[in-house]
Amino acid sequence: MGVLKPFEKRSELAVFLLLAAVVIVLPCLNGMTGEESGWHVSNFKLGVWGKYLCFAVVAMSLNMLWGYTGLLCLGQCLFFALGGYAFGMYLMLMIGDLGAYKSELPDFMVFLGYEQLPTHWKPFYSPWFAILMVMVVPGLVAFIFGFLAFRSRIKGVYFSILTQALTYAAALLFFRNDTTFGGNNGFTDFKFILGADIREPSTGRWLFVASGILLLTVYWFIAWLLTTKFGKVQEAIRDSENRVRFSGYSTTHFKLFIFVVSAIIAGLAGALYVPQAGIINPGEMWPTKGLDIVVWVAVGGRGTKAGPIIGAVLVNLLKSYTTREFPEYWLLILGCLFVLVVIFMPDGIVGLCKRTWVRFVRPKAGSGPAAEEKALATESS
Amino acid sequence: MNPPVYRDTDLVLSAESVTKSFDGFKAINDLNFYLGEGELRTVIGPNGAGKSTFMDLITGRTRPDEGTIVMHQADGHDIDLTRLQEYQVNRLGISRKFQTPSVYGNHTVFDNLLLSLNRSRGVMKSLFYKMTAGDREEIEEVLETIRLADRKDDEAGFLSHGQKQWLEIGMLLAQKPRILLVDEPAAGMSDEETERTGELLLSLEGKQSIVVVEHDMEFIRQIARRVTVLHQGHVLKEGSFESVSKDPKVIEVYLGRQKHDDAA
Repeated sequence: MGVLKPFEKRSELAVFLLLAAVVIVLPCLNGMTGEESGWHVSNFKLGVWGKYLCFAVVAMSLNMLWGYTGLLCLGQCLFFALGGYAFGMYLMLMIGDLGAYKSELPDFMVFLGYEQLPTHWKPFYSPWFAILMVMVVPGLVAFIFGFLAFRSRIKGVYFSILTQALTYAAALLFFRNDTTFGGNNGFTDFKFILGADIREPSTGRWLFVASGILLLTVYWFIAWLLTTKFGKVQEAIRDSENRVRFSGYSTTHFKLFIFVVSAIIAGLAGALYVPQAGIINPGEMWPTKGLDIVVWVAVGGRGTKAGPIIGAVLVNLLKSYTTREFPEYWLLILGCLFVLVVIFMPDGIVGLCKRTWVRFVRPKAGSGPAAEEKALATESS
Repeated sequence: MNPPVYRDTDLVLSAESVTKSFDGFKAINDLNFYLGEGELRTVIGPNGAGKSTFMDLITGRTRPDEGTIVMHQADGHDIDLTRLQEYQVNRLGISRKFQTPSVYGNHTVFDNLLLSLNRSRGVMKSLFYKMTAGDREEIEEVLETIRLADRKDDEAGFLSHGQKQWLEIGMLLAQKPRILLVDEPAAGMSDEETERTGELLLSLEGKQSIVVVEHDMEFIRQIARRVTVLHQGHVLKEGSFESVSKDPKVIEVYLGRQKHDDAA
């Protein structure tokens, strides 16, 4: 089938089909089984997994930059949060006069003494405009920042630090009450989405499916991109940017394009996350959130297609377990996990699996360290 | 402003009165350099003579403080290279090989060459590029020239050092350039590989203009036609290998440096 062509290996196709099955089966188990059934997936659990899917998407968007192009962005959380805020504005307006103050204005605006809706809020009554902004705002921020950074040949650790500074600055801006985004409380208490009650189990199922479709689309898109010449140039930039530049490619244009696309994907993930989490506040763009995403990608396997998904889900499962059982140790565990992965599994869980597979399950003719290296062929940039 | 002279001599590149300093240190000092169409030129000079800086200046990696660097197009137009970026200079037909072999380690040898073909290098064009039979033929041809046809599906990271050097030369050839700038092609090669590299460069003479920067005297003897000796950012001497190697000033520059090294 032509559509499945981008999957060069069987394992990639298998991951895709497995994900598709999860996206279909989990909502069915939620909607079609009773609470007493052993197969039942509760509304709460489905919501949690829906959020994990969004985390997986933002991890994949970072992997496009870090894993395949060698650009470590510590501010991916900013694009995620901007997408979330843009869609959150729509959700805030859909509350209508059902808020605590019974006003057409969002509660925080009444509280801060606004007389009328600020002009830039008005178009957000339209869900389509909001969805457009979910992509345009992160894309534009990435474009402006990327244009300045790549044109000045800022790369490596300097690029990373600047992206962290960017998200920090944005968080400080959003923490302020006078920027019309609700200050440190952000947006919450959503009631309706596209006319449906946001608390209805069926709405939760649709949001889950939408997140799943986004995940599958992005997975497919990245696989496709890597089969094109563009994808090859992307990896070439990671391995030897000078060579690419001296082969007639404007690496600035390529990096800018990939940075903007990655920001748009992160924004879409944020937009689907917000109605499922029920809240968005400036904490989502705090620099530690950006580091979280880096850890997910590193744990799962940087520069692998399934790695970011596996990493995002496993680290978040671990987080939800740990913060329940030993809340005070979570950050310690996260730190240790990161250090261990960097030292012992430079290419993450997926890399470890590949290594094991090559060594024990499928010893090839002419095996040995050289063949093993060859089969793995992952290189740090 | 274009340099007024030498238009009738089939020059492909002229650099005139070029000066470039870094923090007060004059890496290139009033340098004049002319390269003819199809010429094979060797540039030598002690460390710090400005060889690499000169290549950087031609390829748009750094800009000169003073002077002009101009490429003469076949149609009689002159193009000022000092205003262009690296990728634009490259698209004009000036290719460069770096000192340390830089190939794409995670791509196959074939893909390394595919990415070097001189077309579909824009963002959108590369997204929807489809390899044609002609492209494949061109790549196979280069593979034959650099003797890597049997390794074409291997990842470039697994090639030996010498093979990587050849692959990079092949990547330059795939660009079909008018001018090849080759920085120490024989570095780290065995004697046999060095000789074959020399043969390869000699076989290109006449078809493309080539500038080779080299240290290895045996290798220079093999390929040398006209030799330019750089010293302290300036052309010290230009001429045949014999005349240059017998020149007292050149000997002093090299031997003087050796004495200094011994003392250290």
